[in-house]
Amino acid sequence: MHDTFFFNPDEKGERKVLRTHTSPVRIRTMEAQKPPIRIIIPGKTYRQDSDATHSPMFHQVEGLVVDTKSNVANMRWILEEFCKTFFEVDDVTMRFRPSFFPFTEPSFEVDIQCDRSSGPIVKFGEGTDWMEILGCGMVHPNVLRAGGLDPDVYQGFAWGMGLDRIAMLKYGMPDLRNFFDADVRWMSHYGFRPLDMPTLFGGLSA
Amino acid sequence: MKFTLSWLKDHLETDATLEQIARLTAIGLEVEDVDDKAAFKPFVIAKVVSAEKHPQADKLRVLMVDTGTGAPIQVVCGAPNARAGLVGAFAAPGAYVPGIDVTLAVGTIRGVESRGMMCSEKELQMSDSHDGIIDLPDDAPVGTSFAAYAGLDDPMIEINLTPNRPDCTSIYGIARDLAASGLGTLKAALQPSFKIEGDTKTKVKLDLGEDSHLCPGFALRLVRGVRNGPSPKWMQQRLLAIGLRPINALVDVTNYMTFDQGRPLHVFDAAKVKGNLTVRRAVEGEKVLALDTREYTLSPANVVIADEDGIESIGGIMGGEHSGCDENTIDVLIESALWDPMNIAKSGRALGIITDARYRFERGADPEYMVPGIERATQLIVDICGGTAAKTDVVGYAGYTAKIVDFPVSEVKRLTGLEVGSEEAISILKGLGFGVEGTGERVSVSVPSWRPDVDGKADLVEEVMRIHGVDNIKPEPIESLGAVNGKILTTLQIRTRLAKRSLAARGMLEAVTWSFISKAQAELFGGGAAALSLANPIAADMSDMRPSLLPGLLTAAQRNADKGFGDVAIFEVSGTYENDTLSGQRRVAGGIRRGTASLAGAGRSWSNAAKGGGKPVDVFDAKADAIAVLEACGVPMGNVQFEAGGPSWYHPGRSGTIKLGPKTILGTFGEFHPKVLEALDVSGALCGFEVYVDAMPEPKKKATRTKPALELSPFQAVKRDFAFVVDKSVEAGAILKAASSADLQTGHRRQRLRYFRRRLRRRRQKSVAIEVVIQPADRTLTDEDF
Repeated sequence: MHDTFFFNPDEKGERKVLRTHTSPVRIRTMEAQKPPIRIIIPGKTYRQDSDATHSPMFHQVEGLVVDTKSNVANMRWILEEFCKTFFEVDDVTMRFRPSFFPFTEPSFEVDIQCDRSSGPIVKFGEGTDWMEILGCGMVHPNVLRAGGLDPDVYQGFAWGMGLDRIAMLKYGMPDLRNFFDADVRWMSHYGFRPLDMPTLFGGLSA
Repeated sequence: MKFTLSWLKDHLETDATLEQIARLTAIGLEVEDVDDKAAFKPFVIAKVVSAEKHPQADKLRVLMVDTGTGAPIQVVCGAPNARAGLVGAFAAPGAYVPGIDVTLAVGTIRGVESRGMMCSEKELQMSDSHDGIIDLPDDAPVGTSFAAYAGLDDPMIEINLTPNRPDCTSIYGIARDLAASGLGTLKAALQPSFKIEGDTKTKVKLDLGEDSHLCPGFALRLVRGVRNGPSPKWMQQRLLAIGLRPINALVDVTNYMTFDQGRPLHVFDAAKVKGNLTVRRAVEGEKVLALDTREYTLSPANVVIADEDGIESIGGIMGGEHSGCDENTIDVLIESALWDPMNIAKSGRALGIITDARYRFERGADPEYMVPGIERATQLIVDICGGTAAKTDVVGYAGYTAKIVDFPVSEVKRLTGLEVGSEEAISILKGLGFGVEGTGERVSVSVPSWRPDVDGKADLVEEVMRIHGVDNIKPEPIESLGAVNGKILTTLQIRTRLAKRSLAARGMLEAVTWSFISKAQAELFGGGAAALSLANPIAADMSDMRPSLLPGLLTAAQRNADKGFGDVAIFEVSGTYENDTLSGQRRVAGGIRRGTASLAGAGRSWSNAAKGGGKPVDVFDAKADAIAVLEACGVPMGNVQFEAGGPSWYHPGRSGTIKLGPKTILGTFGEFHPKVLEALDVSGALCGFEVYVDAMPEPKKKATRTKPALELSPFQAVKRDFAFVVDKSVEAGAILKAASSADLQTGHRRQRLRYFRRRLRRRRQKSVAIEVVIQPADRTLTDEDF
């Protein structure tokens, strides 16, 4: 990719890179572990890009499910449950659009219905606008093969989204670059109380 | 990819409304923008009844305008061509005029009321022409919609194409997808109906040696005796509507074909081509002046079309200026060729050329349309410019062999959960142009030439699913694994969280700072190795992977201090990089305190002193933070040793190293070396620490969670303070160690030791006081025992 950060070639002429997405973890997991696989992969990622919504360092979270049954219907359920829980709303309307990613087939981009009429504050669970929040799809047969799995037996799905991006959407944060500025005013304003721990029984924010 | 509704309807027989066509999003062609041209609605055709000179201004006229309804309306107008009898476009008060970004109101211009506006082409954003107001033929119907008359009411749709769909870089391809989704019928392609006379004298030679895949086909046709002027209005309007500038009929036909059929073409002025054409790699340093009037220096990585004089075109990317067609062109050579997508992408990127041709060729143009494309283009040229077409010369094309996919229809259900019958699946695939052999559960599908993206079963599942409708897939809970997950996180992940919570609970704010810092900063903290320097950093001060969290945190603290927030305590738990191997990436909990931001609280000494706060932070604040992390992570603290001194960036006399055994370094802490602070351009009372979370030993696996029996002594514990005057070099830790092992023979167990230390005025000695707690096991201790 043209926005990859490279290191200089080593004595073998190989150039290491900073990962542009967290997807390599999927392959490593499939190599190391037999299905059923259900993982989420949060992590730092790097691209040579900088403006209000792009930062040379950012965070992604990916998910991977591989077994002998999981299909698009299950993926829809997981992602809808995730969005309701994450955005802390009772209901969300999501739109799965057929799309294209190299490592999934079929692939989708997912929009969430929202209200953007009040400027940078986006309200979910209402409104008539659509906002793209993630990409997903059924794991491509070639990826399963690369992980040593027979695509006629095993199947599954994967999704990925920008962690900083969904935080910006949820909390109405206007500029991604401020995330990494360590300004105490910003950290105090957007931060959480030290012991405010999200749990399944207590909810996401107390 | 933009197109207009009427253009789409050239290929699609449909009654669908604009809203229904926005269904494209649901089948994978994301609608980015729909312009229903409502902005043109307020403009009507009107006739100027009279035009009088403005009484107060020489350059203005007062017009009476007949808008088809009611009495003529008075308009003040400054256009030089405003005259009685002119028919033009009128906007009434309340109308929004896009070209000048103004909503009209009744106005008074130099004392004369004006109730509207006669518009120029620029004001309606039709062109840049602002020489005068729009001047229509006399028979233009007064009172009707100007947009309808001028063909500006054709709604425009823009879709966002994914890179795997070259077939939808054409309006025909979009129509095919819509037809397959049940939104109409695809119209049959027009059959060419022109006469062919003679041969195309200019021959084409593919001179690519073993790399014939770089140009897997080339068709060339001569059309003699054309008149190349402006293209017809309908074509110009369509090109303008999608943002293309009409140039001349021959060039416009190539652009029209690019969008209509996804078939990029090139036209050469035959009179300017010397000898035959050769498709070859460029010679290193060979130059060409391209149609964008910029000169490009090429290399053998670029494939070109050359004549005897040199390069005439950069194959599949952009034509050359020299042999371009203009109004003097009489004989034209039409090129329709195939190019290697990868080579086009690389060449285009290297040369920095973005064209509609490159866009299509790097995705993959339909090989089977190379020849029909030249036929269709010839038809358009003959129809518009006249002339006589010669026979097409085709070289290098080997034909298309369809990929065959063995497709069990049940795959749709397996991967998507959708119940789609075999008949429906087959009908969807056929509608998209796939060949289907057989019926029932398992069919053999052949992939059409315009779908290079389709390789296997999963691709066919996607085709069936997107046309059948993704919205029909109902969310279904994922099956339970039938057991409760025990420990999901790794020890390192758990400790990372514990470290964060414990530091946050100590009043520190969690920061996330950049993984890359400047080389100078990296070198100050033991980094800066060549293997950790980025080849293409985004900025000079973000060039090296950080060897430590401290430089980022220290400079952040200074930024805060510069803004007036000097008492800050911040931490980060993240990666640092010792080298470029897997084990060289460490997980570190690091933090700094500045000013008076100690655990007891920042502030003025006189307001906070009672609680022990308000003092400048020092090495012991950092040590306490480091210990807090270790304790939170469950490190056996009894085995941990603290040694004086730390790495070079710390103050040599006010720093320490935390060890577990002789080899394992768990962390470092201290105040900072003044030279390091100076080099970082940082000042103030500062202390910091780093704890290596990944160096902490894994907790011992225990067979049982049962704890050892608790023995509670019935005898009272005794506390005694002891003070020693010792040599200055004796470490307090050594005294503690000696004291804690001293009483073992007596059968008494130590419970707790604390020490107080005070420097003596004498140079070589110091006094160290320790508090000893002795817990007797078998009797109450008496003074004699001491």
